[in-house]
Amino acid sequence: MADAITVQGLTKRYGTLAAVDGIDFTVPEGKVFAFLGPNGAGKTTTVEVLEGLRRQTSGEVRVLGLDPWAQGTELHKIIGVIPQEFRFFEKITPREAILYYATLFNVKVDTERLLEKVALSDKANARFDTLSGGQKQKLGLALALVPAPQICFLDEPTTGLDPQARRGIWEVIRDLRREGKTVFLTTHYLEEAELLADLVAIIHQGKIIASGTPAEIIRKFGRPERLVVEGPASLGEYLKRLVQRPVTISDGRIEIHMRDKADALMVLKTIEDSGIPWKGFATVSDTLEDVFVGLVGRMDEGVVAAGAKA
Amino acid sequence: MNPRRVGADFVVFTKGYLRNPIGLFFSLIFPIILIGLFGLIFSVSGSSTVTVYTENLDHHSATSVAFLAALNQTGAVKIQVVGPVTNESFASWLAQQGYPVGLIIPAGLESSFTNHTPVNVTVFTDPQDAQSSGITLGAVEGVANGFNLKAVGGTPVLGATNQNVGSQVLKYIDYLVPGLIGFSILTSPMFSMVEISSTYRKDHLFRQLSLTPLTKGEWLASKIAWYIVLTFVSAVIMIVFGVVVFGSHVGFTLGLIPFLALGPFFFVSLGMLAGSVARTPEIAAVVGNIITFPMMFLSGTFFPVSGFSPFLQNIAHALPLYYVIDGMNQVMLFHNNTRALFDIGIVAIGGALTFIAAIAAFRWREE
Repeated sequence: MADAITVQGLTKRYGTLAAVDGIDFTVPEGKVFAFLGPNGAGKTTTVEVLEGLRRQTSGEVRVLGLDPWAQGTELHKIIGVIPQEFRFFEKITPREAILYYATLFNVKVDTERLLEKVALSDKANARFDTLSGGQKQKLGLALALVPAPQICFLDEPTTGLDPQARRGIWEVIRDLRREGKTVFLTTHYLEEAELLADLVAIIHQGKIIASGTPAEIIRKFGRPERLVVEGPASLGEYLKRLVQRPVTISDGRIEIHMRDKADALMVLKTIEDSGIPWKGFATVSDTLEDVFVGLVGRMDEGVVAAGAKA
Repeated sequence: MNPRRVGADFVVFTKGYLRNPIGLFFSLIFPIILIGLFGLIFSVSGSSTVTVYTENLDHHSATSVAFLAALNQTGAVKIQVVGPVTNESFASWLAQQGYPVGLIIPAGLESSFTNHTPVNVTVFTDPQDAQSSGITLGAVEGVANGFNLKAVGGTPVLGATNQNVGSQVLKYIDYLVPGLIGFSILTSPMFSMVEISSTYRKDHLFRQLSLTPLTKGEWLASKIAWYIVLTFVSAVIMIVFGVVVFGSHVGFTLGLIPFLALGPFFFVSLGMLAGSVARTPEIAAVVGNIITFPMMFLSGTFFPVSGFSPFLQNIAHALPLYYVIDGMNQVMLFHNNTRALFDIGIVAIGGALTFIAAIAAFRWREE
């Protein structure tokens, strides 16, 4: 599978500040790529360089084989973009906006179908300044789809939206993936990335600190699966002495790190044999969010080196 | 430059503009209000005759009646004879009534006139109303001179005829209409474009548009096209209003078309340039006002530049709006196409240079 996006040694400086500091990654065609990072990490700067809206200080960037800055005019005909907090002409309706874009891109568009696709049919004739935040983002998404793009860049498309509106946007992203489009997604919502993305890269302080599939990243950087038991601290102390596995105790909750299912069976048998009363158990795994928080926190403490690959 | 894209942007911008009542008010209604206000103010003071309250102490002698009739015939004054004013001086009575001018025909006027004995009529004037005073004094002196000549059997040798500038009788409203069309050509595009250029940048709309095939030049061209249309509509409304309400003599001539097209071209570009060099909407508003307000008052919008001091006239000649208004005056009032060609040449060259500068100054992408 060819790469839709290749980035090598991308650096963007504002004066002495390196907003993006020599990053490398590739995005294969037809994949949903989630670019994650805390505020100010360099996500938007990176995506704007890829879209041809900003010129990089150094490094090689190719999007569908084109240099985004030097060949922006050609590139913009084959990509779709929703910027953060999409804004448009206040007195124009979604239907008029789609027709406007269709004329600019010189493409024929089934306006009604596109409005339906982004769940905006009922607001087709409402002026932009009367739309809610979610409806505005949906219009942004519709406009991004007008030129039938090969790649969609979605910069925090669901920030500030209610759960229903977010799910609407997710459905469109899934449709794009099914249609074989490449999606470059930046988001604050880690569960969103975990749900939608084939590949993830985490950027922090201008450097990529992890990349791979969500499962790979969780496996590499997350903690092992744990058995959680509700019981008194005495039970925790008992287990610490007998099971030879890391045990943590807090507020009636005992966590035992496991290597495999045999560990779980062994721990449960030990609990039963103790005769100490307990209530129930569950197994828990790290989510991408747990890994993200842990990685960024450890990066801030200087524990993890930048550029780790799962 | 792709006409289809310019057309699409023109349609969207026009819809947005027409759906915004504030923009329409300032573009179409506000200049009409100004014409109404200035037309009323200056038609009242400029065209009405001055009423002169007159006490005739010569008891309806033929000479006094002829003198007052001659004054009425000047058209400058209207004689209103009042009865004898008792218990107070005529001057005090005039002041109490709020009348700025008055006249007393002395008793014995006719006999003095017949006997060639010098006699004076007394004109009362209010220094605070110099215009009424001057008109009355002029009329009275003129009529008195005529009577003096008649008394000695003389014949006027040197006279004067009056003709207005241009080939027809022109009034203040005739100058005001082109001036306010110029006002509209200046203010609508300037204020709008300064605001648009700064707010679009703040809201990242330029970046949004840069992601489409629309170019900077096409975007600016559609704005110019819209303001040309708006200027034509506004000009027609103002001309019709001036003719119907104030009886102005100006009409829509073909020579007006270049000014209605190139004027907006110049000021849309200038507004875009001003908005582009300012970093924030607040600074853009200040820059726009600094450029617009001197031009608004010094380019002959409300008053002819020829009435300014030489210093202000020199400043006016450096302002682009002066050439727009002067050119429209030449084609609408004086039919002086040679002078109008010079004016339109200045506007066209200035507009082209400003357009190029605006395109260079405003950035579509990285901010």
